[in-house]
Amino acid sequence: MTAYIIRRMLYAIPILIGVNLLTFTLFFVVNSPDEVARLHLGDKYTTPEQVAAWKQEHGYDKPLLYNPDAAGLDRLADTIFYTKSVRLFVFDFGNSDSGRNIGHDIRQRMWPSLAIAVPSLLLGLLLNATLALMLAFFRASYLDVGGVVLCVVLMSISSLFYIIGGQYLVGKLLQLVPISGYDTGFEAAKFLVLPVIISVIYGIGSGTRWYRTLFLEEISKDYVRTARAKGLSEQWVLFRHVLRNALIPILTGVVVILPLLFMGSLITESFFGIPGLGSYTIDAIQRQDFSIVRAMVFLGTVLYILGLLLTDISYTLADPRIRLR
Amino acid sequence: MAESHFITIPIPVPRPRRCGLSCRWSIVAVCVLLAGCDESWNDPHGEALGAGSVLYASFSDRPQFMDPARSYTSTAYSFIQQVYEPPLAYHYLKRPYELKPLSAARMPEVRYLDASGNELPPETPAEQVAYTEYQVDIKPGILYQPHPALARREDGGYRYHGLTEADLEPVNVLADFAHTGTRELVAEDFVYQIKRLADPRRHCPIAGIIAEYIEGFSEFQAHIQNTEDVPMDLRGLSMSGVESLSRYRYRVRLKGTYPQFIYWLAMPFFAPMPWEADVFHEQPGMAQRNLTLHWYALGTGPYMLTENNPNLRMVLERNPNFRGEPYPGEGEPGDAGAGFLADAGRGMPFIDRAVFSLEKENIPRWSKFLQGYYDLSGIGSDSFDQAIEYGGGGEVGLTDEMEAKGIVLRTAVDLTVFYMGFNMLDPVVGGYGERSRLLRRAISIAVDYEENISIFTNGRGIPAQGPLPPQIFGVREGGAGINPYVYRWEDGQAVRRGIEEARALMRRAGYQNGIDQETGKPLVLYFEAVGAGPDAKASLNWLRKQFAKLDIQLVIRATDYNRFRAKMRKGTGQIFQWGWHADYPDPENFLFLLYGPNAQVDTNGPNSANYKNPEYDALFSQMKNIPNGERRQRIIDRMMEILRRDAPWAWGFHPVSYILSHQWVHNNKPTTMSYNTLKYRRIDTEARKAAIREWNRPTVWPIWAGLVALALLILPALVGFLRRERARGR
Repeated sequence: MTAYIIRRMLYAIPILIGVNLLTFTLFFVVNSPDEVARLHLGDKYTTPEQVAAWKQEHGYDKPLLYNPDAAGLDRLADTIFYTKSVRLFVFDFGNSDSGRNIGHDIRQRMWPSLAIAVPSLLLGLLLNATLALMLAFFRASYLDVGGVVLCVVLMSISSLFYIIGGQYLVGKLLQLVPISGYDTGFEAAKFLVLPVIISVIYGIGSGTRWYRTLFLEEISKDYVRTARAKGLSEQWVLFRHVLRNALIPILTGVVVILPLLFMGSLITESFFGIPGLGSYTIDAIQRQDFSIVRAMVFLGTVLYILGLLLTDISYTLADPRIRLR
Repeated sequence: MAESHFITIPIPVPRPRRCGLSCRWSIVAVCVLLAGCDESWNDPHGEALGAGSVLYASFSDRPQFMDPARSYTSTAYSFIQQVYEPPLAYHYLKRPYELKPLSAARMPEVRYLDASGNELPPETPAEQVAYTEYQVDIKPGILYQPHPALARREDGGYRYHGLTEADLEPVNVLADFAHTGTRELVAEDFVYQIKRLADPRRHCPIAGIIAEYIEGFSEFQAHIQNTEDVPMDLRGLSMSGVESLSRYRYRVRLKGTYPQFIYWLAMPFFAPMPWEADVFHEQPGMAQRNLTLHWYALGTGPYMLTENNPNLRMVLERNPNFRGEPYPGEGEPGDAGAGFLADAGRGMPFIDRAVFSLEKENIPRWSKFLQGYYDLSGIGSDSFDQAIEYGGGGEVGLTDEMEAKGIVLRTAVDLTVFYMGFNMLDPVVGGYGERSRLLRRAISIAVDYEENISIFTNGRGIPAQGPLPPQIFGVREGGAGINPYVYRWEDGQAVRRGIEEARALMRRAGYQNGIDQETGKPLVLYFEAVGAGPDAKASLNWLRKQFAKLDIQLVIRATDYNRFRAKMRKGTGQIFQWGWHADYPDPENFLFLLYGPNAQVDTNGPNSANYKNPEYDALFSQMKNIPNGERRQRIIDRMMEILRRDAPWAWGFHPVSYILSHQWVHNNKPTTMSYNTLKYRRIDTEARKAAIREWNRPTVWPIWAGLVALALLILPALVGFLRRERARGR
């Protein structure tokens, strides 16, 4: 397995370079370094000298990808792309274009994101699996049909509706929790109730329906028939055999997103005023802060690769027949 | 106080009966649900923030820079102007806006000098003045807020200067420094700040324009630019035009004359900065911890920024070292009736703490305002109808719902103009010939800004008659103030000329029915639009229809703001919309938007229409150097006539701000020029508490109903499950 992990990590390097190059190209197709400088310096009285000084200080005064005036390897190394990218590979994110330390900000802002994402994931997983097992148990009954229709309805509604509707109903009409906001420590709990509930409800439709499909596929297999023929209770069959064997695709779905929980949710954080990494990324895009954008894209890619690797490893834990080579 | 003695007596406590898990959870749930019935469960503000007199408000854009040398946005100004005190400020109540001393002891003394440094009489024509000197006396005894940069050891040395990485190991935020200190504000601090403005490493956004006026400024810039390893502490360098004359007096020397400089002295750029702040923040390891002047302000004002978390909230607390200041005793007519003079003479500030929470979305912000958790609010377009209604005569009022809550509405015309510009370099709409002039005037009539204001801003704006907004010197009232090329004065009001008149102008211009008589081709014009989202689409469709009234085909060229700006700089756009908010309330700050030497194509200046009219330019040069008075008014009248005739802009509109506040907020006079308003406001905290308690009673029964419904849903499933289990067992 060690060799497999090392190989996968080596594969990650060209992927990271490619993603970084793509982000860089997309960003600078839309914005020239001059425009970025002007945006940071303000609209009204900015002079070309100020733009030049800003670019020099922030390392935007070099050619983008290729420096024809340099010699040898410096033709590639003495460029904005190289100088801005190379430190990322040792997770040195440097400073944002407005001068703040990105690593410091990420460490600060990942906690609010996790505070929403982790309980949402765990509660959602538990609820969806329970409901899916129930529907699988009552398969082909009115309850099953009704449940599937309800799942489709829930899936069809925009996440924005859940957020606005939840804020209106729970925060404004019933006045049970604050409509939005955040705080540190235990004070955060009252702000997390609503976004977590909404996240869980939003995920019920797709999650339950998917898990139900997985369970039904397992239920129709021979080993389940054998288990029933042995006289095992349905409870035992479902929880001991079906759930366990359906775990592989569930794990695929869950483990792959585990590292990405750090990255936060863009819409939820924006509507609930949660100072997480989702809103950090959105703010950076709006402010055209390339340093933050590339750091967040890089981090997202690393976490996604890590998620895929963890998924592969988790297969071996869930199914002893699988070996990683 | 006498020490108390207690004797502990063991009391036998009956052993509680064992309770099952569900029983215990039920008790917890009931306690939780009942415990808060008298409280507001939805209170977003923690108790720690609520002690004393506190103002709660929101902000939507995060302020980026707190350093007064760099900061230049209204969002940042709404915080730093409570902390930093420039020499002058605008009177809170008087309109038109009037300057008054703030950290200065009196208004600056102005001296005019010839090239040899000899003093000239005040009435000397501007072209004969080589230098103007502003001598500023500051109030003695002003103290800085408590700050670790100013903390001293017992031996008098600075406690936190010369820190090592090891010293900074346990430090993450400014509050982690155990000691703070203060010192008296001196004139040298103002001088030091002006040097900071010239330091290219500070990226002062107005350094370019300051360099044109302050003697020695550009030389100072060049020196830093061309010298290696210049320390961030600039005390060792001197700027020829700025010097400290004594502990409480400093002087700024300008090249030639520039009367508008007096307004600069009311901007945070010219607020004092102690050199200790730079020495402290520039130490190694500080920037890695984000301990910079962009994040932590250090001023002499009534408040200090104690929490700067622009992703969550900003907290301003009363500066314990603030000297105190009396509330103004005079204002404009009507202020006494509106209650703005009730606190005249009382010591400010009235509020102990102001908590500003980040609210990016309108819906939660508005809901929290209605619940009483924000004291102030603007009005988003989606909640406008809920808040505002128009009377039969078009007068603005609050809806019954707002009236019932005791909400107060204040309105103020912004010193802003949103305009539609024509690129004067364009061969079709630009130029100074009669044909293009008539075409621009026809378009100016056809684009109905009364309708635009009604549809897209809920009536919150007034059509512009020229570049100058109301309350700026030079604007004429009534019929004398209208743009006669677009409006007629009828029955005491300006009435837009009819579309037939615009069509007649089109005929005269050679574009009858939208056909170019010279080429026989339809007239197609191009509009440079920023953004093409759903909101912009409606507005652009409306604009297309306005041009269609003249049979002109308008092609929308949508792009992002960066490319739009690039087009403007290159002069490749044709028609565009842009806006300008005043830096200071002087006509020069608007009329320079059409001054030839400021053409964007030539100098990247603010004249985005690239309008050049020699007569206008000559009048502008005269106007900007003379004080308000009859002569200046006559010059402005002539300039306005030139602009209206040439029509380089279709004049657009001036937005009107609608500010709502709760009944417990006092002295909330809207101002669009200054932001140091927090110290004037007063909060009746008891009234707020009572209202919040009344408006925010949690409704618990739906929780119980939901639980019962859930049980009813689960029960049949459980019964079905058990039946199946038994069936299999048989």
